[in-house]
Amino acid sequence: MNKVLVIAEHAGGSLNPATAKCVTCAASVPDAEVTVAVFAADGAGVAAQAAALKGVAKVLLVENAANAQPLAAVLAPQVVKVAAGHGYVFGPSTTFGRDLMPRVAALLGVPQLSDVMAVESATRFKRPVYAGNAITTVEVAPGSVIACTVRVASYESAPAGGNATVEKLAVDVPLPSHTRFVTVSAAKSDRPDLQTAPRVVSGGRALGSAENFEIIYRLAAKLNAGVGASRAAVDAGYAPNEMQVGQTGKIIAPELYVAIGISGAIQHVTGIKDARTIVAINKDPEAPIFEIADIGLVGDLFTLLPEIERLI
Amino acid sequence: MRKILVGVKRVIDYNVRIRVKPDGTGVVTDGVKMSINPFDEIALEEALRMRERGEAAEIIAVCIGPDDAQQQLRTALAMGADRAILVKHDGPVDPLVAARTLHAIAQKESPALVIVGKQAIDDDAAQTGPMLAALWDRPQATFASKVEFKGETLVVTREVDAGLETDEVDLPAVITADLRLNEPRYVKLPDIMKAKKKPLDVTDLASLGVDAGSPAQVVRWEPPAQRQKGVMVKDAAELVDMLKKKGLI
Ligand SMILES: Cc1cc2nc3c(=O)[nH]c(=O)nc-3n(C[C@H](O)[C@H](O)[C@H](O)COP(=O)(O)OP(=O)(O)OC[C@H]3O[C@@H](n4cnc5c(N)ncnc54)[C@H](O)[C@@H]3O)c2cc1C
Ligand SMILES: Nc1ncnc2c1ncn2[C@@H]1O[C@H](COP(=O)(O)O)[C@@H](O)[C@H]1O
Repeated sequence: MNKVLVIAEHAGGSLNPATAKCVTCAASVPDAEVTVAVFAADGAGVAAQAAALKGVAKVLLVENAANAQPLAAVLAPQVVKVAAGHGYVFGPSTTFGRDLMPRVAALLGVPQLSDVMAVESATRFKRPVYAGNAITTVEVAPGSVIACTVRVASYESAPAGGNATVEKLAVDVPLPSHTRFVTVSAAKSDRPDLQTAPRVVSGGRALGSAENFEIIYRLAAKLNAGVGASRAAVDAGYAPNEMQVGQTGKIIAPELYVAIGISGAIQHVTGIKDARTIVAINKDPEAPIFEIADIGLVGDLFTLLPEIERLI
Repeated sequence: MRKILVGVKRVIDYNVRIRVKPDGTGVVTDGVKMSINPFDEIALEEALRMRERGEAAEIIAVCIGPDDAQQQLRTALAMGADRAILVKHDGPVDPLVAARTLHAIAQKESPALVIVGKQAIDDDAAQTGPMLAALWDRPQATFASKVEFKGETLVVTREVDAGLETDEVDLPAVITADLRLNEPRYVKLPDIMKAKKKPLDVTDLASLGVDAGSPAQVVRWEPPAQRQKGVMVKDAAELVDMLKKKGLI
């Protein structure tokens, strides 16, 4: 048995969908036995959601008031304790996982594989580098604990239908007080979550202002789509940071991605490569986005979008 | 007064089109422009601004890399770092090795702050900062888009998936710089001249007691699957039609 520990991400009593994708990756390790660990102040609900995922053998619930917010410095020593006896520790390559997992790996004294996109064998993994312009195969020496973040865009969610046992665990380690959570200000959005939405509409620098960006929201509403943005649009203040798609933003894999007024810089494209269908609207017929778009339309977005809205 | 350590990694310039070598042993680097990792310029800029505000006294730029990385360290000195340390190592540097090296230097220099990039744009690992913080047993504030001193603590705004998170960390601490933390300054010619006189120490991993070995090895490089260029449609009607036919809307 290869024992794989998956660290659950959750907020507001709900399991983050990235966790179900991590479980799929974890279950693809040959001869895997997947355990999900939930660190929370009050986590029975989240643990139950994790237990219902197919492929999960066991859920470990570590409740502690200090775990109310996911601070890496507080969670890492607990994860290390729980990870004892596991050959693999997986987390999602969301900001939660990217913050926590390297801290865990360093405490375990092992390297980490970031953004795992395929498990080739019990010791062989594929991961992208150079903004996805090269794919590497990494071999880990036997006997070393394997710490990974999972590129969630590469995996389907583990389906429901599991019935794992939930075990409460008391983890006794000294926790630091040098890091304190103050606040998180999530811009409230009624749009589907960017990372899991089947359709995403994104706007770029061409939108020109936050007011103009409203037409992106309008089209997204019509399509029941999530909303994304290029870095240029975020930097210019047209859209909030959590909407940035790309190498340094979110990597997504929707069924439909519509890029509007986005040139298609390599750093942007790396975030959408796994989209099923890419549509691009740009007034420049030479824009690089057309090299990778399945359907391209040359023209001024400010005349095309109202037309498209009318037609759907 | 406070010292700040800044990680400066030498990477292929972000404008270069990356090509995988036909034999699958790496990417083409011959004759390719090398630069400071863009996030590290941002990290350095933040340190410089702290010094300009009187919040820090000395800035040390550190690179683990080949001899040629002196170029990038000279650029860092020209931007305004006070001195530089090159830890000589040929070949790839695993983030855990980079973190162990920065840890060894942190123990010698006792900085109040270490600022590294959120990720290096070659390995895209995003590990070194949190790994260093773990080894050093100090706080980490990753993906920082705003950093402010409040006495001996730092208030850091972080770009997380949900939006913006604010954390408070005690010093010494590790910060990883995100894109919107600042806009790095341009290097001016006179500063390049001045930088030539600034101290640049050269050492190596062995002198710092760091083992470069890693149980994880890249065994193959390959180009990614290419997306095919699709079709162009002539107007909005044709686009909507096609999307409807494909069942996408
Ligand atoms: C280290 C690093 C990391 C980065 N990470 C990311 C990332 O994660 N995500 C990201 O997106 N970028 C990232 N970038 C930035 C990236 O290189 C580009 O600068 C950015 O994606 C450009 O955004 P844009 O396409 O909106 O703007 P532009 O490149 O300015 O393109 C605007 C496009 O709009 C078109 N246009 C203008 N007006 C109209 C109109 N009226 N109708 C239709 N089309 C119009 C133009 O023809 C043009 O193609 C990163 C860069 C670096 C260096
Ligand atoms: N070889 C290196 N030399 C100096 N700094 C480094 C090195 N490797 C990583 N770093 C720092 O750590 C950050 C994150 O790198 P990585 O973990 O490789 O994505 C970089 O932006 C640098 O600031």
